[in-house]
Amino acid sequence: MSKVSMRVNGRAVSGEVEGRTLLVDFLRNDQGLTGTHVGCDTSQCGACVVHVDGAAVKACTMFAAEAEGAEVTTIEGMANADGSLGTIQQAFQDHHGLQCGFCTPGMVMSAAALLKDNPKPSEHEIRKYLEGNFCRCTGYHNIVKAILAASGQEMPAVAAE
Amino acid sequence: MPKDHGIGASPKRREDVRFLTGDGRYTDDINIAGQAHVYFLRSDVAHGRIRSVDTSEAAEMPGVVRIFTGEDFAAIGGLPCGWCVTDREGNPMQEPKHPVLAHEKVRHVGDPICAVVADTLSQARDAAEAIVVDIEELPAVIDMKKAVQEGATKVHDDLTSNLCYDWGFVEDNRAAVDEAIKSAHHVTTLELVNNRLVANPMEPRVAVGQWEKGTGDYTLYTTSQNPHVIRLLMGAFVLGIPEHKLRVVAPDVGGGFGTKIFHYAEEAFCTWAAKECRRPVKWTASRSEAFMSDAHGRDHVTKIELAMDADGMFTALRTETYANMGAYLSTFAPSVPTWLHGTLMAGNYKTPLIYVNVKAVFTNTVPVDAYRGAGRPEATYQLERVIDKAARETGRDPIELRRQNFITEFPYATPVAVEYDTGDYHATMDKLIEIADIKGFEKRRAASAEKGMLRGLGVNCYIEACGIAPSNLVGQLGARAGLYESATVRVNATGGLVVMTGSHSHGQGHETSFPQVVADMIGIPEDMVEIVHGDTANTPMGMGTYGSRSLAVGGSAMVRATEKIIAKAKKIAAHIMEASDQDIELKDGQFTVAGTDKSLAWGDVTLAAYVPHNYPLKDMEPGLEETAFYDPNNFTYPSGAYCCEVEVDPDTGRVTVERFAAADDFGNIVNPMIVDGQVHGGIAQGIGQALLESCIYDENGQLTSASYMDYAMPRADNMPMFTVDHSCQTPCTHNPLGVKGCGEAGAIGSPPAVVNAVVDALQRAGKDVTHIDMPLSPARVWAAMQ
Repeated sequence: MSKVSMRVNGRAVSGEVEGRTLLVDFLRNDQGLTGTHVGCDTSQCGACVVHVDGAAVKACTMFAAEAEGAEVTTIEGMANADGSLGTIQQAFQDHHGLQCGFCTPGMVMSAAALLKDNPKPSEHEIRKYLEGNFCRCTGYHNIVKAILAASGQEMPAVAAE
Repeated sequence: MPKDHGIGASPKRREDVRFLTGDGRYTDDINIAGQAHVYFLRSDVAHGRIRSVDTSEAAEMPGVVRIFTGEDFAAIGGLPCGWCVTDREGNPMQEPKHPVLAHEKVRHVGDPICAVVADTLSQARDAAEAIVVDIEELPAVIDMKKAVQEGATKVHDDLTSNLCYDWGFVEDNRAAVDEAIKSAHHVTTLELVNNRLVANPMEPRVAVGQWEKGTGDYTLYTTSQNPHVIRLLMGAFVLGIPEHKLRVVAPDVGGGFGTKIFHYAEEAFCTWAAKECRRPVKWTASRSEAFMSDAHGRDHVTKIELAMDADGMFTALRTETYANMGAYLSTFAPSVPTWLHGTLMAGNYKTPLIYVNVKAVFTNTVPVDAYRGAGRPEATYQLERVIDKAARETGRDPIELRRQNFITEFPYATPVAVEYDTGDYHATMDKLIEIADIKGFEKRRAASAEKGMLRGLGVNCYIEACGIAPSNLVGQLGARAGLYESATVRVNATGGLVVMTGSHSHGQGHETSFPQVVADMIGIPEDMVEIVHGDTANTPMGMGTYGSRSLAVGGSAMVRATEKIIAKAKKIAAHIMEASDQDIELKDGQFTVAGTDKSLAWGDVTLAAYVPHNYPLKDMEPGLEETAFYDPNNFTYPSGAYCCEVEVDPDTGRVTVERFAAADDFGNIVNPMIVDGQVHGGIAQGIGQALLESCIYDENGQLTSASYMDYAMPRADNMPMFTVDHSCQTPCTHNPLGVKGCGEAGAIGSPPAVVNAVVDALQRAGKDVTHIDMPLSPARVWAAMQ
């Protein structure tokens, strides 16, 4: 066991971890931040996406120890300071971009990372970027719509028919 | 103007706030002080005799609490099957034992052999590696047709063969169907495979069992679509725990799609082991484990023959299907290829003679059971494919051939035992042609051709039987359970309501749509209504959510309970206002005496019910709480028409879905936004089946597609934007809401549209291709083109 310290959602945290403890398990089990989900064991599904030092990372691909000293943001840190939904979160609600909610934290975190790098992505760019995030409920239609809306763009013509 | 509240409005979903902020409470988020973790050591061979299991070294490893084997469960009941199908001779199906942990034999890769309970999951996993299991490997039974040949290796030694049942429907029609096909003007024959799928809800299954020493009460937290069903099956048939000592909780559940209906070994194990170990016991499936332990879906091999007269009218239909049951009978497995499949073979057409034969087969594979649509996608796929082939063979337009055979008068009794109450198949087809812009296809095809791509268009119809219920009917068909639904409406003193429902929401948004119905009936704001579901301790006995039944059956129970509430509230209002209750009207949350200016607010009456100072105590009990159990007298029959446009790359065989349109008739709609979302998701799963997904066993029974590296899940860039419409509405005539159900339609209606479109693209390019089996991978399409 070794000690690891990092900042999670702006708060300094530390804990004792095994070398093999994954960041996602540290967040869920040690920190009680259960919004970050585990949907697979091959780093494909993206339900565990968090931000580490500003970059989107699948928290199942990283050991907790590797996040030593890092600034980590999880879905729990995405709402506005007053507790209201952030822009992307609100767009997901407005456009029914979630159903069971299990993939949603990862989707929101990926969408946030996308919009940071590319504030006005096209539908095609959104779909390409979300390649590493599975959703089994929505068929992605309303997720794409929500991200377009969060970036201040209209829906493409085909969907308006 | 769209409505802003009540039935027909699309309020934002109230469950979204917790899901969007990480506040959802899924089963894996539950950790109980002192809990131990279980790791299941699973068979890595498909079929074998267990010679010995040596746990001695593992038992001494750090953190190990106890290790269980099949011997520990030898005296305990196995997992029950909830449906008994009767074969063509009138005999019950062959029903093998399904032990919680494998006993004497292993029968599929993933069959649990040992359960290691330890302080931590890592310790349990480490200890499992030290267990020595000696298995005498036996030949694996994988191919269904070989499995039922004389002398085939048997999956279950104590059964007479690998044939679960040989079902004929309607057996009395058989000779007439044979004769009609023999003498037909034209017969189109198609042999096809409905590929085995894995439902893959994004949340893997989880179970946490707890036992209270002081009371002897058990609690199971589980990822279930129907906690009451699990309580009954597990309590009564497996563990012998009476319902009043067993609570089953299914909190937020991350998708189900059918695979979380069933009672699984891990649920029974965790519940039982919690008492044995005197500690809560938790299990969380890894995704790889989910692939080899969640019930799979589909897996039919079918031959279908459609007979037509010289005018293109369908005269007879005959199908023969081999349906894979896997190694054991999952909870509702026998019903899927029979009563949820054979009864739908009429589709939207007035074919007078139909005969369906289904041979259900045991193999050394994971059990197969209901997956989104369950039987109805299999029926729709073969029927809509054979019609398309028939149109091409006889030079007819596929849409016109369908139209001329449409059922147009309702109610319509099909030759396969069901009665469609309402529908308008021309209307949905007309709507489809409009929203899909089929007229513009040629122009788009020319544009594709300029890019060197082959473009094709596929159309099909579907009908499904939803609102899975009538208990007396399903009882006659072999169901061992009722299929009603329940609701308790509890009105609080200050006017707010809690609706406790037996339905379960795992993505469907019941917490938003159910209040729309109740609030509309009373005329109060929706935020005065709260929905409670998923916990046997505070909901009435209900059958849960599957088969697109929640609103049609569960919603109807809620309506009935609310009607009782309103009737009683009117009596209270009548007493206070000194009028006859016949004269009391309730509108916008206000009780009035007809023809007078006397009125009382909803809250005044609810308060009077709980503070009964001025109350007809001689005639009525105080309080305002009612329960209703609703059991409809028929299924509901949603229907629709779907259109898919694809591009096929002639060099690689790669198919892309360019456009997809769906025109559905779901009867009345409570929340259009949620309905759209359900259809989107269903279409994506259908496109996934048609183009990407396939669960593959090799000849030795190794599951070669047991991770997301190998099983092609639909991704965002595999999907187009969808155009969906549900403005064609022929309300269901036999439930109070006039609703039909929308959860499965997309998955039922979309696979044939995709395949029809690809065949169309290839034929337009002059290729002699009449069929390709799903999934239409680039390799398969390319090979078909050569």
